[in-house]
Amino acid sequence: MDWVIEARDLVKTYKMGEIEVNALRGVSFKIERGEVVSIMGPSGSGKSTMMNTLGCLDRPTSGEYILDGESVAEMNDDQLASVRNRKVGFVFQSFNLLSRLTALGNVELPLRYAGLTEGRKDRARAALEAVGLGDRMTHRPYELSGGQQQRVAVARALVNNPAIIMADEPTGNLDSKVGKEIMNLLLNLNKDLGTTLIIVTHDPKIAEQTGRVIRLRDGELDPESDQHKGERS
Amino acid sequence: MSFMQAFLEALESLNGNKLRSGLTVLGIVIGVAAVIAMLAVGNGAQASITGSISSIGTNLLFVFSGGPEENQGGPPGRSGNNDRPLTIGDAEAISDSFAAPSVELVAPVIQGNSGLSFSGENTTTSISGVTPSYFTVRNIELAEGEPINEEHLLGRMSVVILGPETATTLFGHADGIIGETIRIEGQPFRVIGVTVPKGGGAFGSEDNAAYIPFTTAQARLIKRANRDQVDVIFVQATTAEAVPQAAEEISNIIRTRHRTPIGVDDFTVFTQQDFLSTFATITGVLTIFLGGIAGISLLVGGIGIMNIMLVSVTERTKEIGLRKALGARKKDILLQFLTESSLLSFIGGVIGVMFGWLIAFIVGQVAAATGNNFNPIVGMDAILLSTSFSAVIGLFFGIYPASRAANLEPVEALRYE
Repeated sequence: MDWVIEARDLVKTYKMGEIEVNALRGVSFKIERGEVVSIMGPSGSGKSTMMNTLGCLDRPTSGEYILDGESVAEMNDDQLASVRNRKVGFVFQSFNLLSRLTALGNVELPLRYAGLTEGRKDRARAALEAVGLGDRMTHRPYELSGGQQQRVAVARALVNNPAIIMADEPTGNLDSKVGKEIMNLLLNLNKDLGTTLIIVTHDPKIAEQTGRVIRLRDGELDPESDQHKGERS
Repeated sequence: MSFMQAFLEALESLNGNKLRSGLTVLGIVIGVAAVIAMLAVGNGAQASITGSISSIGTNLLFVFSGGPEENQGGPPGRSGNNDRPLTIGDAEAISDSFAAPSVELVAPVIQGNSGLSFSGENTTTSISGVTPSYFTVRNIELAEGEPINEEHLLGRMSVVILGPETATTLFGHADGIIGETIRIEGQPFRVIGVTVPKGGGAFGSEDNAAYIPFTTAQARLIKRANRDQVDVIFVQATTAEAVPQAAEEISNIIRTRHRTPIGVDDFTVFTQQDFLSTFATITGVLTIFLGGIAGISLLVGGIGIMNIMLVSVTERTKEIGLRKALGARKKDILLQFLTESSLLSFIGGVIGVMFGWLIAFIVGQVAAATGNNFNPIVGMDAILLSTSFSAVIGLFFGIYPASRAANLEPVEALRYE
C-alpha cells in the first residue's frame, strides 16, 4: 500500500501550569495516498491537536509520524517549516488571506518561501485558473466574496503540489450553497490531481461526503467509527 | 526569500499603514535633521572663526603682560599683581635684529577708551597709541590721508587716524574729512587719515577705532602707572614659518629683561596658531555637545521604531502564523521585520538629511541677511555618520521585535485573534 500518512502511538501532552493535559493518548492510523478523510469529534476531543500534528505545525510529545516518507516527529522548527511548505496545503475556516496582497500575490506566497524565483507567477496563475478564478487575479481579498476568497485559499494550498491538503472547517464561514461549491471544488481536485484530502469538521453533512471518517473522543480513536468506505465513484 | 523580495514586501507593508509609518519615521527624521544641522552650525562656526583669525595675518605674534593661565598663583609670594609690565624698552629690545633675527617689525601699543566729539556729535571708542610700524604689522590700509610717521611721534603731535565707522558716526560720512579737527577728551586733534573698512574681526571691529601717535597717547591721554608701560606688543615675524622661532627669541629677551626664571613668565607670547587651536578646541567641544544632544533625539526616534514594531508584531500575529504555516522559516520572518524597521529608519535618515540640510541652509541665509559672515557646512562625514547611525538604530531596535515575531509558535499564532 502507498501510505501518505503513518501515525503510530501519537501522544500530545500540554502543560498548563502544574496540570498536564493529555490532548492525544496514543493514536495510530494510516492514510492512503489519494484518500479523502474527515476527522470528527466534539470540542476537547483532540481534533485540533490532531490537525496541528498532521499538518506539521506541532510535534507530538511521543510517537511516530511519517508524512510522505519523511519522519516528522523529531524535526526541528526549520525542517518542519520546510515540510509544511513542500508537503502540506492548508485551507482555514477564516480563509487567512493577506489583505495587502492580490489574489495572485497570496497564491504566490508558498512559492516564495520555497525559494522559487522563476515561473512563480505562471504556477500561481495556473492554480487560480484551476479553482475558477482566472479573471480575479489582481483583486485583493476585500474585493472578493467569501466563496471566492476560499477559492484563493484553495489555490494557495495546492500551488506547491502538496502530498496532503489539510482543510479546517473549510465551509464554516460560508453559506450552504457556497459551502457546497467549495466542497465540490476540493473533491474534484482530489479526483483530478489525486491529492490526499483531510477535512477537520464537526458537520456530519461534510463528513458524509468523504470516503472515510476518523472519530476522536477524549484524545483517543473511536475504533468502530473508522470505517473504510472505499473510493466513492 | 531573497533580499529584494523582503525589501519589496516591507515597502508594501509600510505603504499599507501610511500614517503610522510616517509618524514613526518622523522621530528619526527629527533626530537626523538635528544631527546634520547641529554639526553644520558647529563646523560653520569653526570655519568662520578660523577664517577671521587667519585674516589677521599668519605671521603675527602678540605679547601680553601677565603669565599664562596655568602659572597664575604658582609659587608663593608671586601673583599677577607683581608682574612687571611690558615697557617700550622691551619693545625696543625685541626689535634688535641680532637678538631676534626672526622678528621683522615691532609695534608697541597702549589702548584705552575715550570720548570723541565733533560739532555736537559724541561717541566713545577705543583709542590706540601706535607707532608707524603698527599699520604694517596689523595690515591696516588707509582709504585716504597719511599714516602716522616718526615726525608725529617725536613732536607728540595731536593727530588722529579714524576708523570708517567712527568717522561716519562723527561726520556722517567717511570721506573728505582730512584736516578737520575733532576733540578727544576735550583736547583738539587733527584728522590726518581714515582707514579702509575691514568688517568685524576676532577682536571687535577695527572700523570703530581711532589711532594716535604712541608718544601723544602716553603723555596726554592714556595714563599708566609706569611711564614707559605698553599694553600689547604686536610683532611681525619674518615669515609664517619663523613664528615659533620668533616666539622663542621674544620670550628669551623679555625673560632676561624681567629676570624671571623659566616656567614662571610674567608675560605671554601668543601666536596666531595658539588662537586657532584655542578656538578649534572651543568649537570642537561645542560641536560635540550639540551633536550629542541631537544624537539623543535620534535614540528616542529609535525607541519609537521599536515601539511601533512591537505593536506591529502583535497586530500581525495571525499573519506571522499563516506565513509559518505556509513554510516561512524563522529567518524569513526575522528578515521581514528587520527589513521593515531598517527601511523605516533609512527613509527617516534620508528625509532627515534633506531636512537638516534645509535647516543649515536657512541658518546660513539668516546669518547672511543680518550681515554675519557665517556659513553652516554640511559635511559628508555628518551625512554618512547620521544615516549609518540611523540604519544601525533601525537594525538594533528592530532585532527584539523581529526575533519575537520569528519565535512565535505557529499553532499559537494562528489561533490568535
